[in-house]
Order: sequence, then C-alpha cells, then structure tokens
Amino acid sequence: MSTLHAKKAEAFLQNQDKVTRHDQTFWSVRAKRDIQANELPEWEQLRESASQIKKHTITHLADYLEEFERNATKNGAIVHWANDAKEYNEIVLEIMRKHNVKKVVKGKSMLTEECHLNENLIKNGIDVVETDLGERILQLMNLPPSHIIMPAIHITREQVKENFGEKGLLEKNGPQGAKSMGYDDKSELEAKADPTYLTRCARYHLRDNFMTAECGMTGANFGVASTGEIVVCTNEGNADMSTSVPKLHIASIGLEKVIPNYDALGVFQRLLARHGTGQATTVYTSHFKKPRPTGEFHIILVDNGRSSILANEEHWQTLKCMRCGGCMNTCPVYRRSMGYSYTYFIPGPIGINLGMLKDKDANYHNVSACSLCCSCDNVCPVKVDLSTQIYKWRQELDDMGHADPMKKMMSNGMKLMFDNPGLFTTALKFAPLANALPSFITGVKLNAWCKHHTMPEFKKSFHSQWKNIKKD
Amino acid sequence: MKIGLFVPCYVDALYPEVGVATYKLLKSLGLDVEYPEKQTCCGQPMGNAGFQQKSEKLVEDYDKLFAPYDYVVAPSASCASYIKFFHPGIVKHECEAAKKTMDLVEFLHDVIKPTSLKAKFPHTVSLHNSCHGVRELGLSSPSERVMPRFNKIKDLLQLVEGIKVVEPERVDECCGFGGMFSIEEPDVSARMGRDKLARHCATGAEFITGPDSSCLMHMQGLAKKDGTPIKFIHVAQILASGL
Repeated sequence: MSTLHAKKAEAFLQNQDKVTRHDQTFWSVRAKRDIQANELPEWEQLRESASQIKKHTITHLADYLEEFERNATKNGAIVHWANDAKEYNEIVLEIMRKHNVKKVVKGKSMLTEECHLNENLIKNGIDVVETDLGERILQLMNLPPSHIIMPAIHITREQVKENFGEKGLLEKNGPQGAKSMGYDDKSELEAKADPTYLTRCARYHLRDNFMTAECGMTGANFGVASTGEIVVCTNEGNADMSTSVPKLHIASIGLEKVIPNYDALGVFQRLLARHGTGQATTVYTSHFKKPRPTGEFHIILVDNGRSSILANEEHWQTLKCMRCGGCMNTCPVYRRSMGYSYTYFIPGPIGINLGMLKDKDANYHNVSACSLCCSCDNVCPVKVDLSTQIYKWRQELDDMGHADPMKKMMSNGMKLMFDNPGLFTTALKFAPLANALPSFITGVKLNAWCKHHTMPEFKKSFHSQWKNIKKD
Repeated sequence: MKIGLFVPCYVDALYPEVGVATYKLLKSLGLDVEYPEKQTCCGQPMGNAGFQQKSEKLVEDYDKLFAPYDYVVAPSASCASYIKFFHPGIVKHECEAAKKTMDLVEFLHDVIKPTSLKAKFPHTVSLHNSCHGVRELGLSSPSERVMPRFNKIKDLLQLVEGIKVVEPERVDECCGFGGMFSIEEPDVSARMGRDKLARHCATGAEFITGPDSSCLMHMQGLAKKDGTPIKFIHVAQILASGL
C-alpha cells in the first residue's frame, strides 16, 4: 500500500547523511523565519491581514484583473491573456518570433515551469538561459527544481564543479573568476570546489549571456492593480540584469498574483522573504511599470486552471498561496523526503494541494506525504488551511477510484467493529486481539509497521478490567 | 459535575494502565466519574485513512452515549481533538458530546485547576508536545506562532514532587506517527521518529512523557527495535503516581 511518494522517499532515505543535511538545511531556514517573526510584534496581525486581503482579492478577481490590465496598458505595457499553458506558450513564441529572438535570459518563474516554457522554446530553436544561480545549475544538469525558492539546495558544490567542468564554464570563465578573488591559478580553488569561485564562474558566464540575449523574461511575485506594475523579488538581481540589456521584456504572471494596491503590497512584501528564506526582505524588490525607451514590455496573465480552483468550493483557498515556500521548510515530511519524491513539480504541503487541483490522476500519490502535524497551517503567511485540505483530499480518493484497497478493507473492518460495541468488547476479551484494534495495529502482519517497530504489547483491556477498577 | 470517561480504542487494548491512571486521578480530585461501557473509538483511524464517512454511525453513537455528561474526558489529545473538531463535519450537525469533550490535560488545567497534587515522581522527563495537542487543542503555544509562551502539560507536571521536566530541541516537531501515515509512509515516519527520539534522549531524561499514547507507542516501537534505552510514560500516569 505504498504510494509513489513513499517509494521514492524510501530510496532517498537510503542515504541517511544526505537526509540529515537536507533536513537541517531547511530546518535552519524555518529557524531563521522564527527569528524574523519574533522581531515583529504585529506578526500574527500581518498574517491575518494577508489572509483577508487575499480572500478579498480572489473573490473579486475579475475586477482587480481588469483594473490591472487598464493601468498596465495606460503605462505602455502590452497585456495578454492566456487561458492555458498551450496559449501561453504560443503567445510567448509569437512575441519572440516578431522580435527575431535567438536567445532569452530568464529570471526564476515557477509559472514557466508549470507551462513547460523552456522545452517549448528550445524545441522552436530559441536558446533559453536561466539566470537564477540555482536554476542555472539545474538547467545545466538537466534537472527540475526540488524546492520552489531554493531549487538546487540538494546539489553539492562538488556536483556543481563537476558539471561546470563538463559544460566548459571552468575553462571559459574560471580564469576571470579566480583572478577576481586574487588567485593566479584556479586549480587550487577547483580542487576544493570553492563555492565563491564557482559562483564567480557562474556570474561571468551569466554576464556573457545578459549581454547577448535579445529578450529578458521574468515572473512576478505581485501584480499591483492600482498602478498596473509588476513586482519581482530576487536575491541575485538577476531579474534586473535580465531586463536591463534586452529591449524586450516579457513578464508572466498567474492570475492569483494580482493584489489591490501598495497598501496590500506592503503587507505581503513584509511576509514573503521572512517566510521564504528568513530574510527581512529580499535583496532586490524590483518594480516594473513601463517599457524601456524604444523597447516593449509584455505582461501575460495566465489562468491555466486557476479560475477552476476559484470555483472549487472545498479547495478555493489554495489560491491564496503566494509561493513563499514556508510550508515546505517547516514540513517534517518534505524535509526528510525532498522534492523529487513528489509527482508534482511543486512539492510539500502546498504542492500536494496544487497537484491535486491540477491533475488528480497523476498526483494522488502525494496525498500520503503528510502526518497531519498542522505545522504548515501555523506557518503559512496567508493562512491556507493546508493540512485540512490534504485531509479532505484523502476523503475524496475513494470516489476518484484512487483509494488504497488495503486501507479501504481496514476501514470496513473498523466500521464493523466500532459500530458494534458488543462485538468490540467481546473481541477485546476473546477473539485474537489483532482483530479488535484499529488498522495501524491490526494490519501489522500485512503492513509495514514491523519494518521499523517492535509490536506493541497486548494487555488485559481496560474494558475487561473495568469491573475491578470500579471496585477499588 | 458528572464526568464521562472516554478511553480510546488503542489505549483500551494496549495501554489500559493509562485509562486506570486517568480514572484514579479524576476520582482523587473528588470528581464523579463514569465509564459508559458501550464506547469504542473516536473514528480518527478511518478519517485519517480517507474513509471518515464510514465512521458516521460511530459518531452518532458517541454523541448519544456521552450526551448526559457535563464533561467527557479522554487521556489522548489527538482523539479528543478529533472528536471536537471533526465529528460535527462527519454527521453534518452540531454534536453536544463533542463540545464537552476535553483532553485530560486540558480539562485539569482549564476546568479543575488543581494547585497541588499528591503525586511524586523523582525523575527527569522529556516532554513530548504532540502535534494535535499543540496545534489543535492549544495545550502549549505552537513554536510557529508569535505569542506569549505557555505549556499546560508542563504547568501540571510542575505540581508533581521531585520531577524535573525538560523539553527536546525542536520543541514541537512531529514524531512521525500520524496514524495510517506510519504504515503508508513507513520510512519517512520512522526517520521522523528516530530524529525525535534522538532529541529526547539528548536531554538526558530517563523518561519521555506526553498526553498522547499514540506518539509514545510509535517512538517506543522504534526505541525497542533499535535498543534505545529510554522509558515511556503517559502524563496521566505521572500525575496519578502514588494513588
């Protein structure tokens, strides 16, 4: 009865040291978040405001989207609407073809990941260069992100060095990188896979690309309806670099990222980095409002299933998410199973929910990846009731035809037993005890309990002892 | 004040001594306690597995069985919490018994408010703050939240003579039991449990104690398999020690 998540997690857990490192890395981010949180006495008030603003905005989404479009157009941006990933990819391609784009430099965007933009552009002969360091490392390794904010955290610097070597970065950018650190010989730095050196290599490699690309793409953390601008938060300044040389800027934004105004932005901006990385703010918070002189600024508003989430009575609150990654960092299951164990490209509590909303048949495997500890609910800056949502999905699995047959059998057994107190008491007294207990104990011979545990010790039940207890 | 004692199914079968301690403790505080024998389970194992609707009859039965009492007390935070917060949703109506259901610690701390206990326990115990106790019932302030720190379990244990209460690093991180989770995701569950055990052991305590036998059962099963020399005891047993 193990899901794909459980199987992949089992494989990841073979290397206990790697798991320890992964867990400690993300726990330290959670700890930094706690420190930031405790420095703001108004923290819980901020979370409540953020939740209310999101609720308000997504229940009045059409109005805010129109306002955003109106103001963005007034600023000189060209606004597009994409119903789904296919339309989105077509729009991007059309703009790029019109501008004869051969190479695009890209800021980090989970939306483009969601729509498989890179594959599509490459297929059409356009070179795509990710400019977020983590994303670039993964792109060179041909791997997907394992976390939405720290996508390459599972990669070691030795792996990075090896890959940069294979892809020619060390040879081409290494000498300049070493020199910038005061070294004449780069071999010493390479021998110890020096992280600063590797970062410098990546920096010079990316600068070459910034200079030669015809188009810069960014995502958007926020779209401000009252001003028609988009706001992008990064730590590396790569969104600014991507949009500073090329004259063409294409920004992709999910419908739910639109917020009413600057007041709302002030609330979210204070929460985003504190949750995501434990910083008071990201190093760069860049506002893009209009095209550069003689350039073009395109904003593509992407639905791709978001409006149907809004129509989902049980799960619409998932749309409040602003993709800070805080729920992943605190999730004890994510920390010990890592992103690749999930079938959806967004892992952790929010990924379990978004995956189900995107494609139940492909992603029901992740619903098991939750011990219902509720830590994510208490971290989430916009108060998405993540664990309740996961509990609800579990209730829906049977109707989808994805319930585990053994769990169903166990639940039927429990129903018979617990609906009939007489039978339950008798079973406790006479029948083999294994028949009388909840599934997590009864199934021991069939299930995985004994893989890691000894059997609990069966005793004379409280029910059987009651008459004597009462007499004392 | 009439108290109905609810001894959850797995406590009934595996940890009857926790039920006994709870009963004795409540009686020692001069309370009128009854144990309605037709009780079975709170339904959480089914809900957790994705079949909460199979517990509809059980929930209705619980509601009727415990309706006559002023309070229903259960020595299991997770079960008490499930009853309180999930029962009404399962049967789609308000549940009187669920409203009156409390975990033992919550009940003692908030309703009875004892200022002294006869209990003696001259040992160092590491306190296991189980998830549903912390984040659903509010037995302690969740570490994720910005609020004044409190811990009702600790407050009660401090009334016990000779005890030293310590807490592990990552004070309320999940131990990885999660009911069906421990079977469906055995490897993640066990890793979470072993990490938790290691942090409890690092405190130097002789015992791990908590308000939830299910978490304790999980960690105990792992500790025994690995030969980890630490003992387990439910909070009720400490509070009732010497009775």
